[in-house]
Amino acid sequence: MSASVDSQFVHKIWDEEELAKMIEAGGVPFPMIADAAGRVGQAYGVYDAEAGVNVRGRFIIDPDGVIQAMEVLTPPVGRKVTETLRQIRAYQHVRETKGAEVMPSGWEPGKKVLKPGPELVGHVWEVWDPKKDE
Amino acid sequence: MAETAIGCARPTGSVVGAQPAKSDDTTAIEQKETPVSDIMVGRPAPDFTAPAYHKGSFTQVKLSDYLGKWVVLCFYPGDFTFV
Repeated sequence: MSASVDSQFVHKIWDEEELAKMIEAGGVPFPMIADAAGRVGQAYGVYDAEAGVNVRGRFIIDPDGVIQAMEVLTPPVGRKVTETLRQIRAYQHVRETKGAEVMPSGWEPGKKVLKPGPELVGHVWEVWDPKKDE
Repeated sequence: MAETAIGCARPTGSVVGAQPAKSDDTTAIEQKETPVSDIMVGRPAPDFTAPAYHKGSFTQVKLSDYLGKWVVLCFYPGDFTFV
């Protein structure tokens, strides 16, 4: 879901007039939240009271309602959707294995995961080479 | 999600459980200075309810209705901006 200080009416016209032409599905598939007074943004620490808008905050919330990841950007730079999807897949894998498997930096679905434990301490270099694309 | 009635008033989002600020409340200024946000990874996401536009309808979104699903919540400065 997305949120800005625009009204739901502006969301409707933006979706119909512009976004529908940019999205294969023919429109935004998720709810577009009207956070007119910025209260939701304030609760998430992303409302810029001076500018009167929410900055680019992105939160991944798990099925228990817990924030697993967050990213906040100033307005001029956009996000990368594939990075958000990568993080969601990584957290889903962690959840499925109940934390028994963790993802080293640069992990992509299908690549090597690590199993934390006493034996792995000091030996990560033997099982995972960050220079190798595995 | 049920479609909500449309009016000219400008309802907005609110944090679930938050008390509405009273205009005659002398502690209002003090409250403003208190940071509302206590956001941290690994901690519960603040629940909220807010009006929304969703696939042709005007609805009301409540975050806790999505328990059991993965949710991506994205804030951005404004519609019709460029990025």
